[in-house]
Amino acid sequence: MFLKLSLLQEGCFVPFVVMGDPSLEMSIQIIETLVSNGADALEIGIPFSDPLADGPVIQKSNLRALSKNYTLSQYFNELKKIREKYPMLPIGILLYANLVYNRGIKKFYLDCFSAGISSVLIADVPIEESDLFYYTANKHKINSIFVCPPDANCSLIYNISKRAKGYIYLLSRPGVTGIQNNTQSLSKNFIKKIKKYSSVPLLQGFGISNSFQIKKSLQLGVSGVICGSAIIHIIETYLTEKEKMINQIRILTYKLKQSTKII
Amino acid sequence: MTLLDPYFGQFGGMYVPQILMPALNELEQNFVDSQKDKIFKETFKNLLKNYAGRPTPLSLCCNLTKGTKTRIYLKREDLLHGGAHKTNQVLGQAMLALKMHKQEVIAETGAGQHGVATAIACALFNLKCRIYMGFKDIERQSVNVLRMKLMGAQVISVKNGSGTLKDACNEALRDWSDSYKTSHYMIGTAAGPHPYPIIVREFQKIIGEESKKQILEYERVLPNAIIACVGGGSNAIGIFSEFIKDKQVDLIGVEPGGCGIETGRHGAPLSYGRTGIYFGMKSYLMQNQEGQIKESWSISAGLDFPSVGPEHAWLKSINRAQYVSVTDQEAVNAFQILCKKEGIIPALESSHALAYALKLMNLFPNKKQVFIVNLSGRGDKDILTVNNILKDQEKHCESL
Repeated sequence: MFLKLSLLQEGCFVPFVVMGDPSLEMSIQIIETLVSNGADALEIGIPFSDPLADGPVIQKSNLRALSKNYTLSQYFNELKKIREKYPMLPIGILLYANLVYNRGIKKFYLDCFSAGISSVLIADVPIEESDLFYYTANKHKINSIFVCPPDANCSLIYNISKRAKGYIYLLSRPGVTGIQNNTQSLSKNFIKKIKKYSSVPLLQGFGISNSFQIKKSLQLGVSGVICGSAIIHIIETYLTEKEKMINQIRILTYKLKQSTKII
Repeated sequence: MTLLDPYFGQFGGMYVPQILMPALNELEQNFVDSQKDKIFKETFKNLLKNYAGRPTPLSLCCNLTKGTKTRIYLKREDLLHGGAHKTNQVLGQAMLALKMHKQEVIAETGAGQHGVATAIACALFNLKCRIYMGFKDIERQSVNVLRMKLMGAQVISVKNGSGTLKDACNEALRDWSDSYKTSHYMIGTAAGPHPYPIIVREFQKIIGEESKKQILEYERVLPNAIIACVGGGSNAIGIFSEFIKDKQVDLIGVEPGGCGIETGRHGAPLSYGRTGIYFGMKSYLMQNQEGQIKESWSISAGLDFPSVGPEHAWLKSINRAQYVSVTDQEAVNAFQILCKKEGIIPALESSHALAYALKLMNLFPNKKQVFIVNLSGRGDKDILTVNNILKDQEKHCESL
């Protein structure tokens, strides 16, 4: 996918939504809207009670999904259906360590493999604690995604690059997810440094909500962007007006995808 | 690579977003350096003695044990400046914050005792201070909120989730992940990601060191048991640490049984939880079948936490310490008994430990036994809570 986009001179647009928010049925509809309007890959959040890497918009999204009492098995079933519908689409999931640990690490990655998941990002597992998860993920051919902070030193960049599979998640800034803080503190030099060690694509996340930011990110040399809170904010705004919700997501997705087209 | 082992057996670790790792590494480096630094250690010792008021007494309960052969001593952390053991370690952490050139401190609090201690240390060292507190805890601990504010701290109400300590902890971590370059996160208990469990234990182990010296002076023998309440576990690990190698001394941690274990409304992860990963560490957790963190419950806001420090999880796993639970009602009874019999108002947290000591005493009244109960804090903050319960009970009795 990255190669194709590179040939087309396009950046990759990856939307993030939380599974089960506002319901599993609506999640599927939202995902279909995202894909049909240009999403190049999907990052799907699995809801957790204490998502401490996330800001208020995604926290609330997690809580709305949790209020429906879905099980992880149900999420895997739905993810399998998405995979069947979009066989070539990279699908990553983002979740927290206790969900993986509670299911049993081996069983979790086996379920990911069976559901056709491409990658897993565990938000509260830094590279220093990743062994336990990483080797099991590799056995089941699941890419482990690592987060690279904007102030990472050379040794951290090197370690992440050595392990990275699929892509590296570059943080725009410190803090938690959300659109309230738009400071983008990445520099061209920083991107260059990472590229020196690693050839996997770089996706920038945190605070991405408009075309200007996307263009600026792509100019820095990243392969694409991940956009979560801006989309989830629409879900929150139109919770009781489903048609409007889908329509607004369609408009935003189309607009953001268009801004990844460099030429 | 960390400088110290982040694990206690299989428990502990650093399960935090990658962004926080440099802050944790910086903290560990400075802590390790400080432990080799004579001036740091002397200054800390001096503060404990001349500012906080150490050593605290070990008081024999003469009236409480009448008619039995049990001798119960109370380690009087309630007499420490601030009214709880919390002051010990915040002074150490505030010194670390200064060493790291941080200008502000973030903290979270449940009962407000750690918040008060943090506000004290920040006022003393002229550090800016913001304290996250669940909105429910702000209501039930209004006196402590006032104390924090008087000392210049900003108290931030947390409305997410259950609005208690668990949510305040999450919110503090979120703040820290944005502000770690200028701020120090002053965790209030021996829990959380490495190196906090070690740092907090090291700054709290003075409780155990003093207790051992005092009991040997008074009784000439070691006690049969050390009994301490366990929320996150800092007062317990502080007093246990000096006795871990003394196998003849039973170490008993008392968790909040809340409304009764069978009701599911409790805060006893060691007794009724299972291993998981939360708040930066692998430890025992209250969680549902899907691995979502459950809300805990205790009449005592300071014990209302769904997990526990990893060293306690380890001590349990190797059978070196035993962990039991007592209910809200048993704690309130112990609270009243200590007030009436000894003229001491204990914190509701400490009342859990006392309740279990009384249970053991009443089980074997003719057995010669010596207990030390860590009276981790004073109960002034809890008198309205207890009063409300007693009023409800009176109403209930009248309606029968």
